Amino acid sequence: MSTFPVTDATFKSEVLDADVPVLVDFWAPWCGPCRAVAPILEELSETYAGRIKIAKLNSDENPQVTASYGITAIPTLNIYKGGELVKQVIGARPKPALTAEIEAVLS
Amino acid sequence: MDARDVVIIGSGPAGYTAAIYAARAGLAPVVLAGAVTAGGALMNTTEVENFPGFVEGVMGPELMETMQKQAERFGAEVVYDDAVEVDLVGPVKTVVTGGGTTYTARAVILATGSAYRELGLDDEKRLSGHGVSWCATCDGFFFRGQDIVVVGGGDSAIEEATFLTRFANKVTLVHRRDELRASKIMADRALSDPKIEFAWNSTIVGIHGQDKVAGVRLRDTVTGDERDLDVTGVFVAIGHIPRNELLVGQVDLDDAGYVLAGGAGRRGTATNVEGVFACGDLVDHTYRQAITAAGSGCAAALDAQHWLAEQLGAAEAPAPQTLPQKIEETL
Repeated sequence: MSTFPVTDATFKSEVLDADVPVLVDFWAPWCGPCRAVAPILEELSETYAGRIKIAKLNSDENPQVTASYGITAIPTLNIYKGGELVKQVIGARPKPALTAEIEAVLS
Repeated sequence: MDARDVVIIGSGPAGYTAAIYAARAGLAPVVLAGAVTAGGALMNTTEVENFPGFVEGVMGPELMETMQKQAERFGAEVVYDDAVEVDLVGPVKTVVTGGGTTYTARAVILATGSAYRELGLDDEKRLSGHGVSWCATCDGFFFRGQDIVVVGGGDSAIEEATFLTRFANKVTLVHRRDELRASKIMADRALSDPKIEFAWNSTIVGIHGQDKVAGVRLRDTVTGDERDLDVTGVFVAIGHIPRNELLVGQVDLDDAGYVLAGGAGRRGTATNVEGVFACGDLVDHTYRQAITAAGSGCAAALDAQHWLAEQLGAAEAPAPQTLPQKIEETL
């Protein structure tokens, strides 16, 4: 499956209560590195379909979740498992690096 | 598969300009643009006011996307991947990418640019992404109504400080000297901005905060006195270092790590290795402007074209060289 948007309103049900791990991409339209990493996240969402979901949260439009996790830099990629934040990657990374981070969480 | 004519590593103004010229020369260049860094440093800027040809200025990302399209229009192949290993010696050079592709070429143009210089404080790494930032355009938004510092005194620092006044309550520019290095128009803009204050003759010696930035400790470079400043954000703009990590041991670098180009009777962008050319911030101690990078990218493509033609001329005479057979391009 492809990536999907989450908001302040849907974060709990779509991310914290999800039955598989969810990687949340905190991004914003003006952020160059966010645009650079976006296609990689699309590819990874296909590769890991059914094992991890990849969600996108627009930090500009969803300040509550953004602030509650203390996000002050984007892109920040948070991976949640069973409602808990288990991994945080700050800044855009190439596909092999992100693959390794996801594998570490899934193993 | 045969080696191609030229691979260009890097996709800032130097890399894309080299690509435009190389493509128009019929060299069908591959540009390794970077997996997440395509477009280079200008992708993290806003308005570029000094690139000739844009009366009202141009947004940095737009300028780079335009250069890329221009290069592609003439046949350059732009690949979103990082060079992670190079072998530049010999008549066929190999470049291996993070995605696992191996490219082979007779000539390589190095245009990997520069990376942000860090303050070198332990706290800086720990709090990176938690209040310490290198990208005002990305992260400034999160500091709305807050007090922050920008470190540096050059054009980049002033641009960041001025940009950050859109969000911050107060921006303090921390600079180790008592005057700005920035161009006059930029300096005047900052000096007359009511939201920008200056900590002259000051360096940051510590960053406070457990999980996020809570303040900085400043030291006066003249008196040695130290004081704390309550801020929640630290934007670092103290210059750049050449991105040479691929190249150590491959081409000659100077003491500061820049690739040495020209000299010793060589053309201006030629390195000490035959068929390897370098341009942009990777070679430039002095100017480091988008337009000078573009200019040197053009020169590198012309030098590479000239060198390839010379090789061809030599090959048409009794050929002195054979290409290694073992290297294959795995596209």
